[in-house]
Amino acid sequence: MGKTLSEKILGNKAGREVGAGEVVTVAPDTCLSHDNSAAIIGEFKKMGVERVKAPAKLVIILDHIVPAADEKYAQNHKTIREFVAAQGIPNFFDIQHGVCHQVLSEAGFALPGKLIVGSDSHTTTYGAFGAFAAGIGRTEAASIWAADEIWLRVPETLRIEFSGKLPAGVFAKDVILKVIGDNGADRANYKAIEFAGPAAGDFSLASRMVLANMAAEMGAKNGYFEPDEKTLAWVKARARADYEVVRSDDDADYEAILGYDLSVIEPQIACPHTVDHVRLVREVEGMPFHQALIGTCTNGRLEDIEIAAHIMKGKKVHPGVRALVLPASREVYVDAMRRGLLEILSEAGCVILNPGCGPCLGAHQGLLAAGEVVVSTSNRNFRGRMGSRDSEIYLASPATAAASALEGKITDPRKHL
Amino acid sequence: MSKGRVWKYGDDINTDVIFPGRYTYKIMEPAEMAAHAMEDLDAEFARNVRPGDVIVAGKNFGCGSSREQAAACLRAAGVQAVVAKSFARIYFRNAINLGLAVLQCEEASDALRTGDEIEIDYPAGKIISGERVFKFFPLPDSVIGIIEAGGLIEFTKEKLASGG
Ligand code: SF4
Repeated sequence: MGKTLSEKILGNKAGREVGAGEVVTVAPDTCLSHDNSAAIIGEFKKMGVERVKAPAKLVIILDHIVPAADEKYAQNHKTIREFVAAQGIPNFFDIQHGVCHQVLSEAGFALPGKLIVGSDSHTTTYGAFGAFAAGIGRTEAASIWAADEIWLRVPETLRIEFSGKLPAGVFAKDVILKVIGDNGADRANYKAIEFAGPAAGDFSLASRMVLANMAAEMGAKNGYFEPDEKTLAWVKARARADYEVVRSDDDADYEAILGYDLSVIEPQIACPHTVDHVRLVREVEGMPFHQALIGTCTNGRLEDIEIAAHIMKGKKVHPGVRALVLPASREVYVDAMRRGLLEILSEAGCVILNPGCGPCLGAHQGLLAAGEVVVSTSNRNFRGRMGSRDSEIYLASPATAAASALEGKITDPRKHL
Repeated sequence: MSKGRVWKYGDDINTDVIFPGRYTYKIMEPAEMAAHAMEDLDAEFARNVRPGDVIVAGKNFGCGSSREQAAACLRAAGVQAVVAKSFARIYFRNAINLGLAVLQCEEASDALRTGDEIEIDYPAGKIISGERVFKFFPLPDSVIGIIEAGGLIEFTKEKLASGG
């Protein structure tokens, strides 16, 4: 019996052959944390350890509440900066860089065959590059800082095979919402998702990141694309370390295989308050709303900002809507600026926020009041996440969010292309 | 044997309703965390929960964010265990790493109601409510050491101290 990518990567780390269901204790290649590093430092200190065991494996990125929104957050950031200096942690990214998942990828830590863990649930994103990447808790992160190891259960794998070509106006976000809506928010609980099939290679790396990111919303431990030419072209210029391309064997064992014909997918929208409450955009069309959020680690990359600018060029955001644009990173921000995309969006009436998490987690920069509705390109629409518990979050593609912002009501983007 | 009362909830109870995101970077003290536990789902919970109480839920308990407060706040509130049909992956890990028992049991999840008095027999893998007995799936051996040590911090501490 062949092995899946997850079995191979965890087996390489464990130094023996492993199969789904086994528990391995392994040393990760990279351990991500963000503003929650302040809490991790607290846990780390409880262990009575003086030094981080493998400082070069830590990647710390301040992104959640940047710049600090109040004194408490400022103190957290200060605590982290001091710890980073004292421990000599080389890979620290202060507030100017952007959302952790984008920054870690751009900085060349997300590589084929790597084992990456992070104290953020969307750590799954790095599966876009063929890594095994899973979210962990803070206590576990502290334990890794101290001991450089973690227990992981080798996951079973759900394979999703894509065929056909996406129609105009339909994007990676629509695909993953469709998959989650069809299968439920816990369908892949504890499992790996392998995004494969003849059309998988058509997705850009940015789009693969959307799918891998939102694998977490199906409960997955990790979600990935096997590396191909596009992956290697992307990582070549950025890689920080040697890497090994790992792919699943042809005769690997899958828990199930689901097939999706991309050519029949329409624009999708996840309605409040669960990510699997998915409908067609045209079914909820015409519903008024108050805020659009275009960006985040899910959909804040250049291709996302490009499509939003394409739709908004020369037009104005509806007076009843606040439109926020949140580039995923400074690199994206600068690229979008050079191409004139931010200018287009600003002229259309959008507020361009600094790269970071901003309103995505409801901590600052555009929260919702009771009774307000947001159309967001982020990955999570749980009750109260972006402000009042009596607000509502709809999740959609950047095209849907941009078209809807122009019309002041939820709008199928296909008529704006 | 540990006795407690049941608080029954449904499927897909997510971390944002167990511990609201707006507090995650503001509140760190256990007592204060406990005061906000389940706030966006059931305001009665934090007011009336007693040590030893048990949350019984449907499938996919703890889905959403990786925030540990969602496990820590329940432990701080005195909750001894969460019984559910299934748990979200990170929540399951966090709970174990913080010493909150997470028990998978379909039958108990279907049968128990808010206010039921129950006892949990951990070594025997049984939940007992009057005449009714429900068996739960025992935790894998490899994580029992962590729970026995009182959580991952203690476990790692002991391990480092013993030179392991
Ligand atoms: S952008 Fe949103 S989902 Fe992404 S890391 Fe930040 S808070 Fe989490």
